[in-house]
This record gives sequence, structure tokens and C-alpha cells, in this order.
Amino acid sequence: MARSNKPIVWGPFAAGGTLTAFLTPALILLTLLAALGHAPDLLAYDRLHAFAGHWLAKLAIAGTVFLSLWSAAHRLRITCYDLGVRADTLVATLVYGVALAGTGAAVLYLARI
Amino acid sequence: MSRRPYQREMTSEWIFRHPRYLRYMTREFSCLFIGAWTLMLVCALARLSEGPEAWAAFLEGLKSPEVVVFHVVALAFAVYHSVTWFNLTPKALPLQMGDEFVPDGAISGAHFAAWGVVSLVLLYLAGAF
Repeated sequence: MARSNKPIVWGPFAAGGTLTAFLTPALILLTLLAALGHAPDLLAYDRLHAFAGHWLAKLAIAGTVFLSLWSAAHRLRITCYDLGVRADTLVATLVYGVALAGTGAAVLYLARI
Repeated sequence: MSRRPYQREMTSEWIFRHPRYLRYMTREFSCLFIGAWTLMLVCALARLSEGPEAWAAFLEGLKSPEVVVFHVVALAFAVYHSVTWFNLTPKALPLQMGDEFVPDGAISGAHFAAWGVVSLVLLYLAGAF
């Protein structure tokens, strides 16, 4: 029987697409406010450090980072193909690699908080 | 002996042949901004783990015109991703009740409403207003 790894890469893409559709605009608005000099209360060091110190928040942040990066990586891979880049294996290795490395780094930093 | 399948030459010129293709590519390019912002979030976690001074320096580093421009463009792309994603929900999650299918507008409308509620709750809990 023909085997395909498509569901494994596509599942997190769909989950990440849904999660980013719901969360990312509001999250970008938070750092935009900070960039404009009106940082929301949550971004004060004590509050954010306490928030990110809870295991449930760590799990949520790590999950958000993974799904966001993975869905962006998958879309970028398809976009490269659409634009005429035919080295799909190389592109896939690169973009999924960055997504996994970013997630690994996030987990490492969260463990130190 | 190697098989050499014919590969048609392909360029990215097709994007400009129809407004629909351009809208499709605009949607796909949202991944660059969502990805870049998420990598910035990973950097933020690094600064947060290093202590109050590093975190203060990170917040101070955000206050530049370039960062504001990046955020405004990223926000526009992220909203475009959300709108296109929720507009597709009737195709991805068709819902049948009895003999009738729930109208497309009701399914996408429910998602848009939920998006609004989630965003407002998140912004409120974060103390944005």
C-alpha cells in the first residue's frame, strides 16, 4: 500500500492555520502597542514572568509557537513550489527545520523562566 | 540508468495574470509575517528568561519606526489570513441538519463572531484597554 506522510505535515498546518486565525492579530496588536510606547499591563516584567512561569501557560506558549511556525513553514514550502522552485525536499527540510528549531528554542527559554 | 522526467519551465509570472491569483499569493505571503512575528516571540522569551534588565531592553528595542511599520504590515497580513481562513470554513466544515445544509454565512459568521470575542477577551486580559 502506498504510504504518505501528508497527514503528518498537513495536520499541524490546519491546526496552526486555525490557531493563528483566532490569535495572531490580537497578539500582534499587543506588541504593536508596546512598540508605540503603550505596553499593555501583561508586558510588565513581573506580570509576564509570573504568567509565563505557570506550567499551563508554558504549555500554551510552546504549543502556539510550534503550530504558528509549522503552519507558516508549510505555507512557505507550498509558496516556493508555486513560484517555480522545484527543489521541494531541500525547501521542506529548511522550513520545517526552522520551525522545529524555533520551537526547541522556545521550550528551552520557557524552561528557564 | 536514470529516468529523467520532463519538467516544464515555470516562472512566477502567472501571479499577475488574474486578480484572483494575486489575492491567493497575498494570502500565502501572510505566512512570512506570521512566521517572523512568532520568531520575534521566541526572542522575547529569551530576553524574558534573562531577567528584568534584558526584558526592559527588549521593550525599548521595540520602540523604533521600523518595528512599528513591520507590526502594521504584519497585522494587515494576519487579519487577511484570518478573513480568508474563516471564509473557507463552510467548505471545510459543511454542517447538515436534517435534510438541509446550514447556510455558508452562518458557519463563517459564527467563526467571525468567535474571533471577535477571543480577540477582545485576550486584549482585555492582557490589559490593552
